[in-house]
Parts: sequence; C-alpha cells; structure tokens
Amino acid sequence: MTTLHNLTRRPAAADPFTLTNARVHEAGGPGRRAFALVQCLRHPGPVLWVLPAHEPQRPMLRGLPAGLGERLMLLTPKGETDLLWCVEEALRAAPVALVIAEPQQALSLTAGRRLQLAAETGRTTGLMLIREGQGSSACETRWHCEPVAATAADSTLHRWSLNKNKSGTIGSWTLNWHGATAAVHLVSPAGERCQPAEPPR
Amino acid sequence: MPLADARAICPDVTTRPADLAREADALSALRRWASRYAPMVAADGTDGLVADITGVAHLFGGEAELRGDLHARLEWAGLSVASAIAGTRGAAHALARHGGGILAEGALVQGIGRLPVSALRIDHATADALARVGVARIADLAALPRAPLARRFGAALVLRLDQLLGHQPEPVAAEPEPPHFGVRITLPEPIGLQSDVMAGLARLLDRLCATLALHQQGARRLRLELRRVDHGTAQVEIGLARPMRDPARIAALFAKGVDEVDSGFGIDGMRLSATITEPLAPEQIGSGPALRQEDALADLVSRLGNRIGFDRVLRMVPANSKIPERSFQLVAAAWSEPLAAPRRRGPLRPITLFPPEPVTHASGHPPAQFRWRRMSFTTLRAHGPERITPEWWFDDPSWRNGLRDYWRIETQQGPRLWLFHTPQNPAWPAPSGAQNWPAPSGAQNWFAQGEFA
Repeated sequence: MTTLHNLTRRPAAADPFTLTNARVHEAGGPGRRAFALVQCLRHPGPVLWVLPAHEPQRPMLRGLPAGLGERLMLLTPKGETDLLWCVEEALRAAPVALVIAEPQQALSLTAGRRLQLAAETGRTTGLMLIREGQGSSACETRWHCEPVAATAADSTLHRWSLNKNKSGTIGSWTLNWHGATAAVHLVSPAGERCQPAEPPR
Repeated sequence: MPLADARAICPDVTTRPADLAREADALSALRRWASRYAPMVAADGTDGLVADITGVAHLFGGEAELRGDLHARLEWAGLSVASAIAGTRGAAHALARHGGGILAEGALVQGIGRLPVSALRIDHATADALARVGVARIADLAALPRAPLARRFGAALVLRLDQLLGHQPEPVAAEPEPPHFGVRITLPEPIGLQSDVMAGLARLLDRLCATLALHQQGARRLRLELRRVDHGTAQVEIGLARPMRDPARIAALFAKGVDEVDSGFGIDGMRLSATITEPLAPEQIGSGPALRQEDALADLVSRLGNRIGFDRVLRMVPANSKIPERSFQLVAAAWSEPLAAPRRRGPLRPITLFPPEPVTHASGHPPAQFRWRRMSFTTLRAHGPERITPEWWFDDPSWRNGLRDYWRIETQQGPRLWLFHTPQNPAWPAPSGAQNWPAPSGAQNWFAQGEFA
C-alpha cells in the first residue's frame, strides 16, 4: 500500500531535455538545429536566431513547428565579433526567451564567460549551435544531436546525448520527434540482452 | 480644349502630362516664399495665391512698388505671373485672371465692371444661363435687382457678387505650417566631455519629445548634429524600431554614437532633428507587463539595428508561392509586424533550407546511393515525388532548368534530406575521353536543398 502511495505521489521525473534557465548551453552534431527547434517550443516568448550573414542554411518558415514563425527573429550580423555582440545583447534583454546562435569559431574562455554573465543578467537561456569540437568550457550543458534512421516508416528518430553537464548527470536518449509540436516520445533502445533477465522478486 | 482638337489645329503641338502632385508642391513652396510680403498668404485654387496686404504696402513704398517688386523677383526666378491688387478678395481674383492691375480704393465697380461674369468664380452652367439672358458683364449683373437674381440663379451667385463688391466678408486664412521637429542649443563655452554632450542631448530631447507629444507623433529616425569650434560638424544618426518619444530610452541609443564622435577643440552648438516621424497616439502609462515587454523588445531591435543595420534584424513572413525559396520572405523586423504562418498542410517541408547543392554519384531513381557534402548516404526510404513547376512570370535564374521533382529521402546514416531532380534538364554530356564518367541518365541532375527534422 505504501509503495503504491509513494509511486503516485512521487514527483514526475524532470524532463532530461529541459535546459537550465538563465544559462548558456551548447549543441553540436548534424541534428543540432532540430534540437534547437524543440527548445524553441519549450520557451514561450520571442526567440532570436543569430547566424552569420554568409550562412546559406537557414530556417524555412513552412517547415517550422506551428506558432514559432511569428515569434522568431533572425539576426544576420556580418562578422564573428558582431555575432557575439548580438548574442550578448540579446541575452541581456529580459523579454527574449531563448537566443540561438551559430558561431563560426570556437568560443574563447572570455567570450563564453561573458555570455554566461549576460544570460544571468537577463534571465535568458542561450543555445550555441557549435561545430564539432568547438565547445567552450563555460557552457552549462553540451549536447550531441544526430538524426537516426527509423525502422518504422512514420517515425523520425533522434539521438540526443548529453556529453557535459555542470549540474547533473550525463546520458543519451533516443526519441521520436516529428517536428510539428513540442511533444517528444522517448524510444526504448532495441537491442539484444547480453545477460539473462533478472528473476521477478 | 480636348487634345484631339488641339492636335488638329497644330499637329506639332508638344504635350506633357500634368504632374499635379509636383505642381501642388511648387505652389506650396511659392506660398511659403510669398509670406515675405504679407502675414496671411493662402493658396487660391490650384493655380494661384492670395495674400492679405492690409497695412503692408507702405513697407514696400506703396502698392505699385510692392507689385513691381513681386513681378521682378518672380521673373528673375523664371516664372511668368499675373497679379492684381483690389479692395476685396473676389475682385483681386477676377482681375488677376483677366489682365491684372491695381484697383484704386473706391473705384471697385468701375474697374471690375468690364469683366465677364465668368470671373465671379461661378460654375459654367450659371455663367451660360446668364449669357443666355444677356448679362455678359459684371457691371450689368450688379445693376440688376437682387431678389429675382437669387431666385433664378441661386444664392451662390449673389454670394459671389456680394463678396466681390465687399458686402460679404471673405478673409484670407493662412494655412497652418507643418510642425517642425528640430531643436538646437548654442553653448557659451565649448564642451568636449561625453557626459556633457549627453547632458545637452537630454535637454534637447526633452524639448523635442514635448513637441512630438504635442503633435501626437513619434520619431522613427533622429539626427544629432554637433558643431565644433572649428566649424566642422559631426553627425550621429539613429533609427528606432518603432515610433517613440521617450527621452530616456532615446538617449540610451545615442550613447554609442556620441562615444565615437571626435570633438576636436570643443563643441559649441548642437542640433537635434527628427527626420522621420510617424503618428503615435498618447498611451496610458503603465498599461501592464505586455506593453512593457513589447517596449523592451523594440528597444532591443533598435540597439541591434543601430549596430548591425536594420536590414539584418529580420523576421520571416509567409508569402504566397509554392517555390520553396519564395514561400516566405525575410523582412526587416523594425518595419513589419509579426504575421502568423499559415497552417501546415500538404507535403512535409524541411526545417532548414539552403541553395541547391549538387548530389554526386547518384545511382538509381530515386538514388539508392549518393554523396553529398563529402558524405556518402544509402537511401532507406524515399517519399515522393512532389512536382513543383517554376513560376514562369518571374525569371528566376535558379529555376531556369525547368520543373523539379522533390523527394524526401531518409538515409541509412540518419539525415533526412530534401532532394530534387530536374527531369527537363539533361545531364552534362561526358567530356571526350572520360572513362569513368557517370551514367548520363539522371546521374548529375540531383540536388539537395533542405534538411528535415
């Protein structure tokens, strides 16, 4: 009886994909833009996406999840300095919910720390979409995101691995996100069990 | 006279369409200039000006000298004018359009009586009716009894006649000057410190914002001119993401520009002007957090736009086109309102779009294997084709190779790509002597254009 009671009253496990508020996070890998869109849906309010002017790969309005297009603003500064300035300024502004940036070079320690301070000032979450191996050690969490081929025709699988976490554990999740709503479905990994199942207690 | 009749009389006649807007502008400029002769100057129809020179003529030496001065100056400017001075506005109007001249005090009826009745500012029908009953001149009309005249031709004719003769008043109302949004300050001693300039700017902004509030306008673009002691000037110009007249918030945007100004030996004059203004109705103070957040976001857009340029702070608005590149537009966020995207319908669209990149080593249709961005992929599943035809009414260079068949390719390696194939564009022919050139059918005309979630 007590076990059942404890089970029902147990707080729901925190969603592993919730980014800590007022901190700057990093995401890399080929599926980082999908991860960024999921995070956009989890942050109600204006979203700023900072990407260099010469970046050809840009979000497409018709493919974005519903309701995101009208609160998304694109900033296309010319150089890396301007880009970082824009990110800092946007993080410092209170009304912005989420700032997504695609820096072209590795963030220096100074830049990473400044962004963290700006995020703490404005209580804004930042997400840096970094290239492989360009992470900054000032970031709160670092994710590696990649799309995974699905066995079923109607699922779009992603594997999001948390490689670095300053305030928690790391982990890796395979999930199904179809790109339209904020709902993600965790998928239990299919695999062969190398040990016999434990006998029921 | 219709143009056809004019051409029949003079085949070589040169015609030019009338530019009414520019003519009105020119007349308005002339009206401002003519205020040097009298305080009350107004436009009289679309082709004339009327000035009330009561008590003014002696400053120019008399009425004849005033009129001579006016003619001389306008002729020097290249304009041919006709003018008249009379005791009433109606008489001056009539005389200026029928010869011009000066009517002496008390000689109004004698001077004006010879003019035709059409000079009375009456419509054509009334003028024709008067001509039909034999009343051709104003003197004839003035001699007639008024009551039958009013009953037969209406009160308008009698009113015009009374105005002409001075029995009814007809004042000249000068048009209100458009508000000028510019203030300046001259300093007794030159200043050079940034804090001093900002303090001066705060004083100017208070005055400018009061003027703006009086006229219910908000500034969209502001220019601060700093005059240096050595007669050089420095300019700081800022844009605002939306009309605004809050001195403190505007002053914060000037800080960066003022910081970069070289003050030289000192600044002894400042001028602040709002070059672009937009209507801004009075707002209730403290109308809630929603408005404050909107204000804060507009401030952020202003700050970002003043550094990286307002054309780089963009918003995506939906457009009505099936072409992927033109299905949305990137517009400046400062000059647009967010628009809700249409509901997602039809085939899936990728989350990111890029200019078409060629896919190499494609085999099969749809390709079972291909290489893209130096990575090789094996197709797991392919959905399609979705055929999109170019919009022939736009000549888009990237769509010159005809229609496209779009496929959603799920790859064994993970990425889900948006590939297209141009069936109307044949593959490049193999160069002579090439041995391992790929098969010509559908080999080289596959491109990747987007990535799905």
